[in-house]
Formats: sequence, structure tokens, C-alpha cells
Amino acid sequence: MSAGTSDRPAPVLRAEGLVKTHYGEGAPAHAVRGVDLCVRQGEFVAITGPSGAGKSTLLHLLGGLQRPDSGSLHLDGECTDAYTESRWAVERRKRIGIVFQFFNLVSNLSVADNVELPALLAGVPPKRARAEREELLAELGLAGKERSMPGELSGGEQQRVALARALVNHPPLLLADEPAGSLDSKGTREVMRLLSRFHQRGQTILLVTHDARLASAADRVISFFDGRIADDAELDGTPSHRTGISGVLELRD
Amino acid sequence: MRLALLALLARGPAHGYELKQDLEQTLGSAYPQPNVGQIYVTLGRLEKQGLIEGEDVEQSSRPNKKVYHLTDTGREALRAWFEEPEDEPRVRDEFFMKLALAPQTGLADRIALINKQRRQYLNTMRSLSKLAAAEDRDNRIAHLLIEGAMLHLQADLDWLERCQEELEELE
Repeated sequence: MSAGTSDRPAPVLRAEGLVKTHYGEGAPAHAVRGVDLCVRQGEFVAITGPSGAGKSTLLHLLGGLQRPDSGSLHLDGECTDAYTESRWAVERRKRIGIVFQFFNLVSNLSVADNVELPALLAGVPPKRARAEREELLAELGLAGKERSMPGELSGGEQQRVALARALVNHPPLLLADEPAGSLDSKGTREVMRLLSRFHQRGQTILLVTHDARLASAADRVISFFDGRIADDAELDGTPSHRTGISGVLELRD
Repeated sequence: MRLALLALLARGPAHGYELKQDLEQTLGSAYPQPNVGQIYVTLGRLEKQGLIEGEDVEQSSRPNKKVYHLTDTGREALRAWFEEPEDEPRVRDEFFMKLALAPQTGLADRIALINKQRRQYLNTMRSLSKLAAAEDRDNRIAHLLIEGAMLHLQADLDWLERCQEELEELE
């Protein structure tokens, strides 16, 4: 196995046999029913599927926000199965950045503090945390908003702050859970453009979305149905036959 | 292309090459460009039908060029075009037939059909995203064309998702 795969980038994340069932009122919900998944360094992978398919639960398992009932998860080749809550909290700061649909910014902290907080918690000296924050906010078109409070910003701006916060510690893996789910079409295009830009610079990204337009920014799209991977496709942007793109665009005579 | 040319001529008289340029400028690089030959052929047909009229204009040291203008009949045809709403886009009926008939053949699996079709749409979606990124930001019309294509594809993908949900339940 190692001989054939040695020339490919190392897996940032590897999951085997992940299972998660939610027990609430009524029948148990089998959210994730045996998922094997490998994401390699530099990949941009999108997981799509209808709502209720278990996509978000899967992302939560991969980010250590929830524990699987069974199965195993490796980050950078290291088994995480024995990690405690506090260990996961540390790992999420350093190795995994996460953005959510509803931004989850700390509402009584300024934009600057929201971004710097994870860096400071990870032990980065304040001066460097500030420099990182300044660079990221400028990059994301938020220079001048440092002192704003999250509630004063538009949804698109809040999501960009969340993206800066997720990336401030240069995590090897960025997880994004419906990052455009509460944005208008302009905000959606903006998020799509930014994810593509960070990916071009080598950021490994795993995106969960029901929006095919967003998913098509990825080079690999996994279709998730009913707790299972139904298809796993590399996109090369060349429709397989005939008409393809001109067929879609051509105005009929 | 017939009505597009009539619409361009409603702005004022023009010759074939000018019309090609106008069309390119309006629709942007996303729209598959008609070649100039196609345009001349269409102009010839329109003239035969009495919708436009051409007039030879002499050029020093170059062959004459033909400048076209809209006739009253042409203007009426154009007015009728703007007047009528267009048909709704259709569900991809050929794919639907495959999906409906696959189980009786023993030759194809429905879920595999859906997966294959989804890959096709996703690849096209990706090409469209790239096209949108490459298109001049200020050309609103070109961007609307691409966005329209993407929204249609999104609907097709949603529908594939529905098919998959229903059919997986049956299994």
C-alpha cells in the first residue's frame, strides 16, 4: 500500500468506519453510518447532499466537536481516538480551523479580539498575534473594521472575520460547515472566491454544503446520502461529452 | 441568432462585422461566439424574408460593404418577439427516460446513472465558475448569463438529489 501511495501528498485526515447515531425523542437517527474518508494535503474537498443526510454530523466528528460511536480518526497520521475534551480543544486551535453557517463569533469582543483570541490561547506572543490579525483582515478586505463589534457587520463581513479567526493559527486543515448558508448571493460569491484563493495557496479545505455552486469550487466532490458516501468524484472541469459548457450557455436560434 | 441581429439593427444600421462585435461586447466572452460567416448567412436569410434591407456602400481601395437596416416588417417581428413570453426550460427528459426505464433492461443501475449525471453537472458547474471568475467584472449581462446557467444546473442537481432520496428508499 505504501509503495503505490508514496508519491501522493500525506493524508491530513483519515477516517475509518465512522458511525454516529443520535438518540433523541422518537426513533434513533443514524446520522453517519460507516464512513471511510481520506483527505490529503492541499486538497479541496466538498461534501454535498440534502439536509438531514448527516453532512454536518460528519464534519463535527472530523473536527472533534462530537465523538463517534465507533470508528477511528487520524489527524496527520496520529490516532485521535483516545483524545480527551481538553486535548481536542488544543488540537482544534492548532491543527483545525472551523467556520460555521452562523459565524459563531464572540458577540461582546471586537473584530480584532475575535481573530486574535485563538492565537493568544495557543500561546502566540501578543505582538505576533496582532501582526497575523492585521495581515488576515487586510487580506479579507476588512481593514478598518478592527474595532467594530460583530453585530455591526453584515453577514458576509462576519463570515470573513470567522474565516480570519479560523486561519489565524495556520491550521493544516480548514473545515467549513455551510459557510454561505446564511449569506446572500453576493456574500456567497465572496466566500467562494476566498476559499478558492486560500486553496490555491495550499490550504487543505473540507467544505460541507448543499449548494452545488459552492461545491464546484472544490476539486473533489463527495455526495453524501443517508449517512453514507454515495459518490466520490474528482472534478476536472471538463464535462465528459459533447455540448458541455457551450450547450448550457448557447441561446437558441 | 436571427432575432439578436434584428435587435441590434433596431439600434441603427450596421454591417456584418460591426454586428459581430456588438454581439460579443454585449454578451461577453462566456457566450459562444458566432463566426462572421454565420452572421452573413443569417443576414442573407433575413434580407430574403424582407425583415432587413442591405445597401452597398463603396469603400476606397476595399470591396463594397453592405450596411443593413431594419424594415417595418422586421420591426414588427422584433416587437412580437419581445411581446411573447418564452417556454419554460424542460426537465432533462432524455436522462429521465434512462432513469425511468433502467430497471427493465438489466443494463443499468439507477443510482449509478444518477451519480454519472451528477458528475457531469458538477464538472459543468465548475467550468461555469471558472468562466465567471475570468469574465470582466463590469460586464453585468455576461455575468447574468453565467449565473442563469448555474442556477439551472443547481435546480437539476437538486432534482437528482430528490431522485436519489426516493429511489434509495425503495431499495
